[in-house]
Amino acid sequence: MNKLITPAPHIHSGDSVTKRMGYVILALLPAWGISIWQFGLGALAVTLISIASCVLFEFLIQRFLLKRPNSTGDLSAVVTGLLLAFNLPSNLPFWIVIIGALVAIGIGKMSFGGIGSNPFNPALVGRVFLLISFPAQMTSWPLAGQGFAHYMDAETGATPLAQLASQGLSPDLMDLLIGRIGGSLGEVSAIALLVGGLFLLATGTIRYYIPVSIMATVALFTGILHACGIGADPLTHLLTGGLLLGALFMATDYATSPMTKLGQVIYGIGIGIITVLIREFGIYPEGMSFAILLMNAVTPLLNHLTPKRFGGN
Amino acid sequence: MQIILYTVLLLGGIGAFAALALYLTAKKFKVEEDSRIDLVEAALPGANCGGCGQAGCRQFAEKCVKAGSLDGLRCPVGGDATMRAIADGLGLQAGESDPQVAVIRCAAECLKRPTTNRYDGAKNCSVAHMLYIGETDCAYGCFGFGDCIAACQFGALSQNSETGAIEVNADKCTACGACAKACPRHLIEIRRKGPKNRYVYVACANQDKGAVARKACENACIGCTKCQKTCEWDAIQIEHNLAHIDGDKCRMCRKCEEACPTKAIRSVHFTNEKA
Amino acid sequence: MKTFKIGGVHPHDNKLAAGRRFEPVPLPKEAIIQLNQHIGAPAVPVVEPGEEVKVGQLIAKANGFVSANIHSSVSGKVTKIDEIIDAWGAHQPAIFIEVEGDVWMPDIDISGKFKPTCNLSADEIKRKIADAGIVGLGGACFPTHVKLNPPKEHVIDTLIVNGVECEPYLTPNHRLMIEKGEEIMVGVQILMRALGVDTALIGIECNKRDAIEELERIAARKEGIRIVPLKMKYPQGGEKQLIQALTGREVKSGQLPSSTGVVVQNVATVFAVYEAVQLNKPLIEMYMSVCGKEMEQNGNFRARIGCSVNDVVNMIGGMPEVTGKIIAGGPMMGRAMIHLNTPVTKRTTGITFISQKSAPRFASSPCIRCGRCIQACPMGLEPYLLYKKALQKDWDFMEAHHIMDCMECGCCTFTCPSRQPLLDFVRLGKATVAANIRKRKS
Repeated sequence: MNKLITPAPHIHSGDSVTKRMGYVILALLPAWGISIWQFGLGALAVTLISIASCVLFEFLIQRFLLKRPNSTGDLSAVVTGLLLAFNLPSNLPFWIVIIGALVAIGIGKMSFGGIGSNPFNPALVGRVFLLISFPAQMTSWPLAGQGFAHYMDAETGATPLAQLASQGLSPDLMDLLIGRIGGSLGEVSAIALLVGGLFLLATGTIRYYIPVSIMATVALFTGILHACGIGADPLTHLLTGGLLLGALFMATDYATSPMTKLGQVIYGIGIGIITVLIREFGIYPEGMSFAILLMNAVTPLLNHLTPKRFGGN
Repeated sequence: MQIILYTVLLLGGIGAFAALALYLTAKKFKVEEDSRIDLVEAALPGANCGGCGQAGCRQFAEKCVKAGSLDGLRCPVGGDATMRAIADGLGLQAGESDPQVAVIRCAAECLKRPTTNRYDGAKNCSVAHMLYIGETDCAYGCFGFGDCIAACQFGALSQNSETGAIEVNADKCTACGACAKACPRHLIEIRRKGPKNRYVYVACANQDKGAVARKACENACIGCTKCQKTCEWDAIQIEHNLAHIDGDKCRMCRKCEEACPTKAIRSVHFTNEKA
Repeated sequence: MKTFKIGGVHPHDNKLAAGRRFEPVPLPKEAIIQLNQHIGAPAVPVVEPGEEVKVGQLIAKANGFVSANIHSSVSGKVTKIDEIIDAWGAHQPAIFIEVEGDVWMPDIDISGKFKPTCNLSADEIKRKIADAGIVGLGGACFPTHVKLNPPKEHVIDTLIVNGVECEPYLTPNHRLMIEKGEEIMVGVQILMRALGVDTALIGIECNKRDAIEELERIAARKEGIRIVPLKMKYPQGGEKQLIQALTGREVKSGQLPSSTGVVVQNVATVFAVYEAVQLNKPLIEMYMSVCGKEMEQNGNFRARIGCSVNDVVNMIGGMPEVTGKIIAGGPMMGRAMIHLNTPVTKRTTGITFISQKSAPRFASSPCIRCGRCIQACPMGLEPYLLYKKALQKDWDFMEAHHIMDCMECGCCTFTCPSRQPLLDFVRLGKATVAANIRKRKS
C-alpha cells in the first residue's frame, strides 16, 4: 500500500466552516425561542420561510447559474436565512420574505461569487432592500405577547426607539431584557442575544473586538449626547433597535468585517458612531443596518492595516 | 420651468468646468511618444504573453522602434508574418526563422511508471517539486498537476484524461515559452517544428543511469546511444545518459524512433502514426 | 506562566511514549552514514573503501563554514562510498560500512561513570564540540560550534536551553531530561563556560511536570541555572518564540538571535555536548521516539546513526498495518516519508505514524476571510494574503510583506477552517523570494 505524501503540517485543528456556522446557529437559538414565545406563529413562519428560501436559492443558483457543486452543506445559507428573519417583523407576508431571501442570497452573496467573496452582509442587503421597497410592511411591528396563533393578522405598534423618537417615551428595562417589546423578530430580547454572544465568544467563533468597540462607542457617544440633553440614555440605546443583534451577530460576519485587531476596532467604532448619528439625527429611528453596511464598504480598506509583526518596527 | 432651467444650467456648468479641467491637465501632462510605437503595437497579436522576453506587447513595440534594427527581436506568437509587417512599417529588414513549438520531454504516462506513494498536497507542480521526488521513482519526469496548462494563454496544452500525459496542440501553440518557465522540472523545450507541424523528439528527461531510469519508467531514455548511431544528420547528442534531438538539424527521417528500445523517441503529425 | 506573545495554536500533544525509557537498538549489519547530515556542504570523506574503522573514528571532515564532522557509529570495514536514495527520492552521498564487532576508539570513555567537573577553557570546549560534529538536534542541524561563536558585536549574557518540545507526539527531549538530567546540567555548565555567561534559562512546557521537577531538583545545587515552566503553546520551541517567552526580548526581523544577547541550544544538543567534552564521544547516537496512535506500544530508542529507520521501528513490532502516512519528525513540521528504508541521521528526532483514516487532507473550500490564520501566525504575517499572492505569482508583493520572516511552523494551515493549503504556497513563495534575493546579491 503506497503511503501518502503531503507537505507539513500533517494534522488539522478539525475546525471547519460548517462547524463555525453551526455554532452561530446554536447561538441564535435562544433569541429565536424568545421571539416564538413573544410573537407566536408569525416568528416561526417567517424564520422557516426565510431559511428554506435562502437555502433553496443558493442551491438553485449554484446548480443552474454558476454550475458549481452544491455549497449549501456549509450551513452559511441557513445562517443568512436566520439572520434575515431576525431582522424582519414577524407579521411580514411570506412573499415579501421570499423576495428578501432572493435579494440576500442572489444579490448579496452569490453575485459576488458565494461565501467569502461578498463585500456586504447578505442578510442586511436583503433587509435594507425590503425596507426601501416595502416601507409600510417593514415598519409595522407586531406587539409582543399576543398569544401563539397570530401571523399576518397580528396587532401592530411602534418599536421602543420609534416611540422614543416620536413621543419621548422611555421603555421599561425588564421588557427590553426579556423581549416584551415590539420590533423585528430576533432583536427584542437582550438577554437571549447576550447569552448567544457569550457562547460565540467562548467557542472562539468571534472575537470581542468588534462587539465591544461598537457597544463602547455607542455608550460613550449617546452618554455625551444624553448629558447635553439629546436623546435617550446609553442603556436604552444599547438594548434597543437590534444593536446587540447587530454588534454580536451581524457586524462580526467573517467575510465583511476586517481581519486584524486594529481594523476590527476601527470598524466597530465606525459602526457605533454612524448608528448613533442615524438614530439621533437621521429620519430612521434606528440605524444599525445602515451603519454595518456602510462600514462593510470600508472593510477592504481596513484590511490593509497589517497585524503587529514579530520583530517588526 | 425655472427648476428645469436651473438644473440644466448647473449641470451644464459642472460639465463644462470638468471638461476644461480635463483638457488643461491633458495638455499639461502630455507625454511625447513616437507615434510609430502605436503602429507597431497594432501589428502585434496583443497577447502580452512575454514570449519575446519583454514584459508585454507595448514594451516590445518600444524596443523595436528604439533599436533601429530587428536583429534578435522576434514575436514568437505572430511569427514571420507579424515581423514582416513590423519591418515594413519601420522600413527595416526582418529576419526569417522557422516556426517553433513546445515539446514536453516526458511521455508521463501513468501506466508506464510504477507509483511508490500517493501525493495529497496542493495540486501544483512547483509545490510538489519543492517537497520531494514525486509519485514515481523518476526524479526528472512530469508531475501532471498542470502548472504549464495554467500558464498557457492559448489553450494549447491539455491533459490526456486516460494516460495523464500533458499534450501539446501544435496548431495552437505559439512557442511563447510561458509553459517552459512554469515547469519546475524544466521539461518543456521550445524548438523548431517542420512542415505540417511535424517533429521528432525524445520524450524523456531522465539523467539517471540506464538501469535506474528503466526501472522508474518503461519509456525512459536509457542513454544506449542506438539513436545516435542511427542518425545520419548528427542531430542527436547524448549527455548525462540522456539523448537529445537538435530540432534545427533533425530531418525527420524517423530512423531513431525505430531504433529506440524503450520507445522514448516520439514523432508527431506523421500520417502513419506509430503507437 | 510565561509564553510568547503573538499567535500560536494548541494542537493535542499526544505524547504517547512519554512514559517509556530509552531502549538501545541492536547494531545493524551494515551502517549507511550520510555525508550531509547538517545544513551546508556535505562533509568530505577521509576514509577509503576497504579501510577498517572503529566506533567514533572520524570518517568525513567538515567542508566549509556551516558544515560538521562525521564519525563512524560502528566498527568494521568501509565497503563503498556511493549514493543512496533517501526517503524523499533524493540522491545523497554516503559511506557504507560493514559492521564487525563493536570496537571503540581508545580515547572515548565508555566506563559509564558520571563526570561532573570540567576545567577546560572556552576555546578548548568549542574545539571539542566542533571536532565531535555536533549539530542542533532540534531538527535544524545547524552546526553547534558556529552558534557558539556569535558575531563579535553581539554581547551574549544568557544561555537558553530548549526543553520545550512543542511538536506533538515527539518525546526524546522529555525522556532525556528525565533520564539524563545530571548530564544535561553539566552540559549546560560547560556551554555557559564556553560562552562566558552566568545565566542559563531552561524552558520546559508544563505538560512535562516530571522533567521540570527533576531538573529543578538538580538546578537547586547549581548556580545561575533556572528552570522556567512555560504555558503549552505551539510553536514555543521556535528559537525566536522561546527567547521572547523566557526573556521578553524580541529578535528583530532579519537579525540573528544572538543580537538579543542569547544563544539557544536544544537539550539533546546539550547532552551531546556533555558526551563530547567529558567523554570524548562524538555524535554517533540519536535519541528518538517512535509513535503512532495505532501502534501496539510506543517507544523511545537510542540508535546508532546509519542504522536503518526500519530497524528502529521493528523494535516495537514494525509499522502498523493501517498506517497511511509516515512522518520523519512530528506532525506539525515533520516530512512525510515514502518508505522506512532510509538511514538514521542527525536529523532523525522521531518517527510518527498517522493512520489511513486521518492521513488524507480534507477537501478545501473557499476562504471565508475569518482571519484565523492571522490570529495564529506567530510571526504576525497575513498567511491568507501571502497564499493569494503566491497563486498569482506576485513574488515582489510577498517579499514586501515579509515572507522571509515565515518559519514554516504550519499554524496557518493547521487552523484554517476552510482547510486551504496555505503553507504549501507560502513555502513556495518563500523559496522563490529567497532565490530572487540571492540572484540580486550575486
